[in-house]
Amino acid sequence: MQIEDLNAIAEKHIASRKKIIVRTCMSAGCMSSRADAIKANLEKAVIEQQLDADVEVRRVGCMGFCGQGPLVGIDGVKEKEILFEHIKPEDAEAIIASLKGMQTNLEIGDPDHPFFAKQTKIVRANGGIIDPEKIEDYIAVGGYEALHNALTEMQPAQVVDEVTKSGLRGRGGAGFPTGLKWGTVAKSPGAKKYIICNGDEGDPGAFMDRSVLESDPHLVLEGMAIAAYAVGSDQGFLYVRAEYPLAISRLQIAIKQAKALGLLGSGIFETPFNFNVDIRIGAGAFVCGEETALMMSVEGKRGTPRPRPPFPAESGLFGCPTLINNVESFANITAIIKKGGDWYAGIGTEKSKGTKVFALTGKIKNTGLIEVPMGIPLRQIVMEMGGGAPDGRQVKSVQTGGPSGGCIPAEFLDTPVDYESLMKLGSIMGSGGMVVMDDTTNMVEIAKFYMEFCKDESCGKCIPCRAGTTQMENLLNKIIARQATRRDLAKLEELCDMVKNTSLCGLGQTAPNPVLSTLKYFRNEYEELLQPDTFGPGVTAMK
Amino acid sequence: MSARTLTVDGKQISAEKGASVLQAATEAGIKIPTLCHLEGVYDVGACRLCLVEVKGVNKLLPACTTRVAEGMEVSTNSERLNKYRRMTLELLFAERNHVCAVCVANGHCELQTLAYSLGMDHVRYDYIFPKWDVDNTHRLFGMDHNRCILCTRCVRSCWHIEGAGTKNVAGRGTKSKIITDLNQPWGDSESCTECGKCVMSCPTGALFKKGSAVGESVRDRDKLEFIVNAREKKQWNA
Repeated sequence: MQIEDLNAIAEKHIASRKKIIVRTCMSAGCMSSRADAIKANLEKAVIEQQLDADVEVRRVGCMGFCGQGPLVGIDGVKEKEILFEHIKPEDAEAIIASLKGMQTNLEIGDPDHPFFAKQTKIVRANGGIIDPEKIEDYIAVGGYEALHNALTEMQPAQVVDEVTKSGLRGRGGAGFPTGLKWGTVAKSPGAKKYIICNGDEGDPGAFMDRSVLESDPHLVLEGMAIAAYAVGSDQGFLYVRAEYPLAISRLQIAIKQAKALGLLGSGIFETPFNFNVDIRIGAGAFVCGEETALMMSVEGKRGTPRPRPPFPAESGLFGCPTLINNVESFANITAIIKKGGDWYAGIGTEKSKGTKVFALTGKIKNTGLIEVPMGIPLRQIVMEMGGGAPDGRQVKSVQTGGPSGGCIPAEFLDTPVDYESLMKLGSIMGSGGMVVMDDTTNMVEIAKFYMEFCKDESCGKCIPCRAGTTQMENLLNKIIARQATRRDLAKLEELCDMVKNTSLCGLGQTAPNPVLSTLKYFRNEYEELLQPDTFGPGVTAMK
Repeated sequence: MSARTLTVDGKQISAEKGASVLQAATEAGIKIPTLCHLEGVYDVGACRLCLVEVKGVNKLLPACTTRVAEGMEVSTNSERLNKYRRMTLELLFAERNHVCAVCVANGHCELQTLAYSLGMDHVRYDYIFPKWDVDNTHRLFGMDHNRCILCTRCVRSCWHIEGAGTKNVAGRGTKSKIITDLNQPWGDSESCTECGKCVMSCPTGALFKKGSAVGESVRDRDKLEFIVNAREKKQWNA
């Protein structure tokens, strides 16, 4: 495979396209509403209405507007795309008939809706456009060019420099500078190095990585290959949770196709660079998203974290230097290599560069996936793109960062969304889950929900996380049952501090955050539930 | 072998390169509380009792897995650390059924000793009182999950000293459990070599040699009557 061959594949594929393309979202969300039947019926209708010379029905990944799904987009009829929303399999005939100018009563979306208009797409640029199961579709939009450029025109150190220049920070949540991480792994001595892509997305209400993997698997593979070249690795592992079967099957197809074309494997683009990717499937533990636990799991051991240092960059998978990045981090790489680190650094704020994908869920009108430039005010996301709370209710709070994050009250909606600003409010950027709550939500219940989640997902290795989350959940239950006193609340706060500061890994260290942030902004909701202190010390005597 | 100089609780000490802070402190006569640490097996940093403050590091670090560094300033005994340690012990006592009075390890239990030495004289959290079973199927040993603190010292000594790999951990969170082979009764284990290293490792009364439990120390009072009858009535049938 050389660049001429790649271009030939692209040209041939573009030439084979028909005039009108009917795109059917076949991501997990729309699939659950029978998108497969919709696509089959659309194909049938095209043949029945004798339009098969001009019309092709294409399977595509997530279009983003999940709340309006199943979605069908049509290109090549009007200047802008036509977007059909809430489509049922029986609507297929009418959709195809509309191509011939027939009127329909079907719900047609507005492509200029702020939900779409305010987005800046880098990671999700191909989402909902290309067929995730056809490598030719990816190549036709310029896929694997960045890998070619990196391998033939850049030294590994230049690739690291470009990523450093871009200012990209880890999209898994903590926001560690990606270029710095790559540089450290590149400089770590070792004959064998590994690349790991963390696709163990597990925060409640988060589905960003799922959509990227389901919609554009080659983008992630290409990012991993570029990373491998930059740090001197020849083996990658894609760790995906078993709950994402569609993502896994599309990745398997993608790896097979890339290998068949020589874009993965030995001597890629006729250079001495070799790179193979294997999939490892998580077995359902949230903690395996923590990097050291994830590596244990890849090694075939019980997925429990270990203390850091040593960091994976120095001693990771099988004791070798390991570069571990999140799906979205890898998905940003091809754009950075193609358009340059300076271009990427031009998007976003001073310290948070580029775009971020958010999964907008909860009590909000427009549920779905959005990709926005860093620094966009939270209000624009929630009120304009998301349309605010449904049923005439008020937005009370926005939860970011999942069980490690916090609840941001509505009065801070004008905060720009970047790593530092969210941290200042006691929440975190996290991986991109954004759960909106309306004024009917009880914040103590929310804190309890997340605490229960952390308790269930604690691996059990360290005592503060294992036994501390249990006691914190008990205290929250006691408060909710109106059986707690001021002393119990003090105990809860003391435990929050202790678990945060003494737990082994990020899960325990951040588990108190939902309690701490709701206590910070909604303390009155806790206090309203407290009972007066009873006589006596209220302590249990030890044996 | 190069040495590193560091300060622990204001005392200048030297340690071998690659030594843990715990080793360095112990050599210098400074005692740091530990529970999951066991000489002879590798450390996992799980119990969080040996957490120390290191100047310039904003997180607390486990002394057992942190390597010494030149010029490191370590504090092992602050009020904050001891408060966290007492809370850790309280959480452990509340988590399962640690009833010292009827425990095989009473008087030589590391958990009990730590509670005394750190001044944990009461538990402020609600006792969970979980129902855990006792595995008495093994010929020589028993395992009382009610006393287990999940330090995994038994698992590590079984894998890394004996090399049998009989013990392991199943489940997660507070439902984690030390298991034998594929979660079988210990007595049915084919990999167990009956070496007893797990029992030697256990800091509490979770693992014990049979015959040492309080319930097993029954008085044989019938024997007295038998002797009297034999002596006085010349009756030899029991």
